[in-house]
Amino acid sequence: MEPSSNAVLASSEGLRHPALKYFRFGAPGNPHIWCEGCGIGQIFYYTCIAIEELDIDPNTVVWVGGSGCTGRMCTYWKYDYMHTLHGRPLAFATGIKLANPELTVICHMGDGETSAIGGNHLIQTARRNCDITAICVNNFTYGMTGGQHSPTSSAGSFSATSPYGQIENSFDLCDLVKASGGTYVSRATVVNPKACVNFIKKAITKKGFGFVEIISQCPTFYGRSNKIGNNLEMLNWMKRSFVRKEQYEKMPTNDHQGKLPWGEFVNTDRLELVSALHELAKNQKDKLSG
Amino acid sequence: MSNPRLLSGTHLMNAQVACAEGALAAGVDLFVGYPITPATEISERLAIRMPQVGAIYLQGADELDSLAIVIGSVWGGFKAMTATSGNGICLMQENIGYAAMTETPCVIVDMMRAGPGTGIATKSAQGDVYQIRYGSNSDYAIIALAPDSPQEMFDLTVEAFNLSEKYRVPTFILGDEILAHLREKVIIPSDVTLIDRRTPNESPSDSYQTWAVPGGEMIPSLPSFGQGYHLAVSSFARMPDGSPSQAYLVHKQLVERLWNKIEANTDEIIKIETEMVEDADVIVICYGTVSRSARSAIRQARQEGIKAGLLRLITLWPFPDSMIQTVCKNAKKIIVAEMNIGKIKREVDRCLGRFLDTVLMAKPGVELHKPIEVLREIRKLT
Repeated sequence: MEPSSNAVLASSEGLRHPALKYFRFGAPGNPHIWCEGCGIGQIFYYTCIAIEELDIDPNTVVWVGGSGCTGRMCTYWKYDYMHTLHGRPLAFATGIKLANPELTVICHMGDGETSAIGGNHLIQTARRNCDITAICVNNFTYGMTGGQHSPTSSAGSFSATSPYGQIENSFDLCDLVKASGGTYVSRATVVNPKACVNFIKKAITKKGFGFVEIISQCPTFYGRSNKIGNNLEMLNWMKRSFVRKEQYEKMPTNDHQGKLPWGEFVNTDRLELVSALHELAKNQKDKLSG
Repeated sequence: MSNPRLLSGTHLMNAQVACAEGALAAGVDLFVGYPITPATEISERLAIRMPQVGAIYLQGADELDSLAIVIGSVWGGFKAMTATSGNGICLMQENIGYAAMTETPCVIVDMMRAGPGTGIATKSAQGDVYQIRYGSNSDYAIIALAPDSPQEMFDLTVEAFNLSEKYRVPTFILGDEILAHLREKVIIPSDVTLIDRRTPNESPSDSYQTWAVPGGEMIPSLPSFGQGYHLAVSSFARMPDGSPSQAYLVHKQLVERLWNKIEANTDEIIKIETEMVEDADVIVICYGTVSRSARSAIRQARQEGIKAGLLRLITLWPFPDSMIQTVCKNAKKIIVAEMNIGKIKREVDRCLGRFLDTVLMAKPGVELHKPIEVLREIRKLT
């Protein structure tokens, strides 16, 4: 049921957002919990469009999330969702996929969840090459708790817990997943909508672990702490800071400072966990029953 | 072989192997475990046996990974189990709370070893009785069973799966290192009774409420992902449709229901074993492997003319308050023998309210109570 607070959103067919039909209404007092200008809504939309364009029955798609702003994305998916523990969506997702390989299992995780508390789950899921899709919404901050630094916050950046500037080194998550054995690895920013949808589609259809890092804006915390500005200024900052992989590779190394490449880094095939385990079970059972 | 899951017949079996076979008999679809002494033989047995019955064995990357995969698979439609020791339970606590809050049926085996910390990996203890009960944050209930032989390990593993499905609750099997490495006769029956998952009566629809409790019952139904029920699974305090709530009454009703679905059904859940308690002056209360020494001691005491009896707690949680009160009503002295600093003694004191008459025989681990030690304590008290 769509509560009256969403009446404006839903009243006019002409203005109806294409992702609304996938949106779960009903959380008391909320259309949703995200701040004005947040990039998560865009990524919600990109994921819905990817599912729609792939013509997958949404009844067979499970969204899995953990904690934090991004962790809440799954709770707005109108079909099956599992809102799990901080950092552990990939492990829960592995269980879901093992139980029912017919399901499409998609995890949305924040950067802290992906790389700090859930770092080992990320590495192990990539190593096992489990056929699930992980979308890391990287806004370089812990938003839900008020803007603390994460393992993706670059050295020198500011946050509520790095008031003198971040003194830790940061992760390149795509490099990490590539080294761990993920079979599809890509990065885009929310200002590349077509690339986002395309990359998510490829990650979903990949028979193996698909990882898409989407750079997103958090004007409330990261933008403000680092004096980047509002959401529009953050989008412009993304355009300046993230360059196409092909262009990045041609740039002199000195110019790499403060920039990261976006594009596809891995698209390959390896032994996949879920099908391998089910095949082993089938073969051994057949062998025993003669 | 008619049913490869059920090795019907008489076997000489280690209790961990019996546990693995009990899980197979109960219809386990997935086992995920991280190697740890003294629970590794469960994993090793199931690594061989699971594929043979068309089921899945996976080695967890750690204990957090293991239980999270187990819980996810249950919502995908599987029956699943993990096994570990007390140190591993420490790491599972977050997931245990999640399983309790999301009412996910699953079986967790804890083969206890001497601690705290790394302790002594290859030596026994019963120190985990509180951490499996109270280890995760805030209030919830679980069920825990404490077998004392390989045969009972088989039987109670089947029972643990049944209870977990019936009450939608994480259910623990609490063994210890001595039991883990004990080899005895195990008779596997030709048939076991299984309790099915609480699948919903209504057909799938968008209006299905994941957490609605059917009238007259205390426990919601449990469909699986992909069936069209549009499940809203979260460990948030929630409304029946799964939307989060911060309201006092919503949270209160939820927490009280999670507690009462177990604690208000103790008569149906709890099992105890008694021997010669009817006329006993002295009753020894114990659980798990300590019961084996205590049983021997009370029989010896009877031969000496001392009216001694045994009360063995098979179900440890929920705690058998009223049964202990009934059985111990006329006893003059109570001995609680356990391999920890005296945890279940506290529970017994709480039930009986006669602190002076309850004697603690505590060994914190490593060495099992000898029958003669229990016998000496019985003699002292008469």
